[in-house]
Amino acid sequence: MQVTLRIKRFNPEKDKEPWWGEYKFAAEPTDRLLDALNYVKWYLDGSLTYRRSCAHGICGSDAMQINGSNRLACKVLLMNLGQKITIEPLRGYRVIKDLLVDMDAFLAKYRSVRPYLVTHTPDPEKERLQSPADREKFDDTTKCILCGACTSGCPSFWADGEYVGPAAIVNAHRFLFDSRDEGGEDRMQVLNTLDGVWRCRTIFNCVEACPREINVTRAIGEVKKALLYRKI
Amino acid sequence: MVQRYDAVVVGAGGAGLMAALQLAGRGHVAVLSKLYPTRSHTGTAQGGIGAALGNHEEDHWEWHMFDTVKGSDYLADQDAVEILCREAIETVYDLEHWGLPFSRTPEGKIAQRPFGGHTREFGKAPVRRSCYAADRTGHMILQTCYQQCIKHDVHFYNEYHVLDLLIENGRCAGVVALCLATGEICTFHAKAVLFATGGCGKMYRVSSNAHSLTGDGMAVVYRRAIPLEDMEFFQFHPTGIYKMGILLSEAARGEGAILRNKLNERFMERYAPALLDLAPRDLTSRAIYREIREGRGIEGKNYVHLDMTHLGSEVLDKKLPDITEFVRTYMGIDPLTHPVPIQPTAHYAMGGIPTDVDGRVVIDEKNTPLPGLYAAGEVACVSVHGANRLGTNSLVDILVFGRRGGRHAVKFIQENDWVPLPAHADEPARALVSQVLKSTGKERAADIRDVLQDEMMDKASVFRDAKGLTAMRGKLRELRDRYRQVKSEDHGARYNTELLEVIELGGLLDVADVLVESALARQESRGGHYREDFPKRDDANWLKHTLAYQTPKGVELKFKPVTITKFQPMERKY
Repeated sequence: MQVTLRIKRFNPEKDKEPWWGEYKFAAEPTDRLLDALNYVKWYLDGSLTYRRSCAHGICGSDAMQINGSNRLACKVLLMNLGQKITIEPLRGYRVIKDLLVDMDAFLAKYRSVRPYLVTHTPDPEKERLQSPADREKFDDTTKCILCGACTSGCPSFWADGEYVGPAAIVNAHRFLFDSRDEGGEDRMQVLNTLDGVWRCRTIFNCVEACPREINVTRAIGEVKKALLYRKI
Repeated sequence: MVQRYDAVVVGAGGAGLMAALQLAGRGHVAVLSKLYPTRSHTGTAQGGIGAALGNHEEDHWEWHMFDTVKGSDYLADQDAVEILCREAIETVYDLEHWGLPFSRTPEGKIAQRPFGGHTREFGKAPVRRSCYAADRTGHMILQTCYQQCIKHDVHFYNEYHVLDLLIENGRCAGVVALCLATGEICTFHAKAVLFATGGCGKMYRVSSNAHSLTGDGMAVVYRRAIPLEDMEFFQFHPTGIYKMGILLSEAARGEGAILRNKLNERFMERYAPALLDLAPRDLTSRAIYREIREGRGIEGKNYVHLDMTHLGSEVLDKKLPDITEFVRTYMGIDPLTHPVPIQPTAHYAMGGIPTDVDGRVVIDEKNTPLPGLYAAGEVACVSVHGANRLGTNSLVDILVFGRRGGRHAVKFIQENDWVPLPAHADEPARALVSQVLKSTGKERAADIRDVLQDEMMDKASVFRDAKGLTAMRGKLRELRDRYRQVKSEDHGARYNTELLEVIELGGLLDVADVLVESALARQESRGGHYREDFPKRDDANWLKHTLAYQTPKGVELKFKPVTITKFQPMERKY
């Protein structure tokens, strides 16, 4: 099939403003969009810049706006995108060059929820026991790959850059609902603020954006409930 | 710019993070990665980590050791394998204590599943040894290790690409790296450096490897007169998605999936009557190619089927959710109702930078260490995998030897001072970068890489012979000449990922050269190295490790003996 990629380009080293690059070429309908971006970079314009690594939806490097939706470029096939495809960097993060954005602020918010297991009791000789049912309670939120698609798609985050954002809450949920964790109180304090979970307005964009199909809004809802009723 | 640290870890996958966690709080340590930490390839490991916990049935580390040695076709060093299998157990418990969300048995213990080549009682039948978190075990390991790094405040330099290793008076003095964000070339003066940069699978067309796996660490040390060990042994994983190479974990076969040819035969019955579809990877990949060569590929094409249709949605959705989704996303078919087209995919370098069991890089046949220099994970060769790695053992390797390397480095930085930086330490790295940026050549890096990947696939993959490997040697010479004329279109400093790709390609060419020369020299078949002109294993002449050195005249090969302790080499049958 013939495809045309319309890519929003911006290199602050030489561009005053962003501009649209158009690239037309033949591709296989079963190619990933990432394959098409690679084609542009490798054969048409070596200066096109984006992040990528694993190319099958696990490393989380290549989240971007594809025809207006936040997706991973390696997890969407050309045949599902039409012949003219518009590609822009994720919203809400500073653009560094072309499709590559600054993720530092996003990762700082992730770190702020203390995303690690906290225990006060001494480690047993073998494993801490956990029933399959208890393990299931936080299964969904263990899938997060920190791609940033959910937070970037969140209108509450667009309105308030201080909002901790859905990705950080997902990772807090992963520990709050882990029966082995004993750090819930501290984590709850971080989330129980105006820029914590209460900034969420249940808009569901995050659910649509998540390439791992995490039910982000449900996870945030569970955290809100836990805060209200102090039940984890 | 010069930064000074006690220790620098290069690479932020499982091995690098594990080493950094040992160093954290015990010295001034920095982790350099050309990616963000959780982007590393450890995250894509699926099926599990092997450890003889015995949570479902009797198991012992000695059984794990035997399987690993036999799986290696007796080329692994058995002192190192013993450490691997003993320490696997405590390492898995450590990860659990750090919060790793393993799947659970009904009693709440860590769940375990069967895996290729892992057996009970020295080869009698498959055993449940692979500790798993659905089919996302690598993802969970990478996240858990990174979470611990946050807890222990490990300092990261994200998106720094290593260009050179600094050696002064026979000791490690640091590394030079390119800051991708600014284009700056930075010198890191360090007492100890640990390389954990992963593998080099991108030299092949069909590969499970990330775009970033370009043999960087291997190439950097090789250019500094440090040998690479056993590079002829490259593993092809039997079940990659047809054409794309995306991995479908052995866990699928661990849960009961079956390989079938166009006659719908379970053809592994002919190749491994005891273990069937759970035979080791080298043997299974060759079996698939034989079926294809003998005309039993599906529709006469070069693929066979992985049949999961009988497993049911409970197994697919709960135990294999990610690979089920990969098949739906990338093939547009449902593995519940349709068999999946698969072909072997370039997966793992058994060889690498030679180290001892403490992660110290050793530079000759007598295992002389280079003080201050360490390596761990796929970039290294301890050797615990020998000629063929068993599934799950890469995760065991990164964790056990990442930790041992880190622990030894702690001792080293406490007992030693910095050696002075070499004069003009960053000059070679600067020259490398400016040569690319100022190039007036006309060759596209992508064209060179295309030829490299296609030719390596054709001449230096699962089946090899002198004719093909000699032709590949000539091809590499030609590609090297073309590489000298490589062009660059992006002359900017900021995030010049074109420059990065050109440098990566240079590394791949060097490492491919080592692989081909080592494969040409080894006139026998062992593990992942199969020579059609020498189809038998030859212990009398070849039960030894290859060491490849870069010299002005090209690759020079030396050899060192294999350490054999408990298990004498036997015929390898499954």
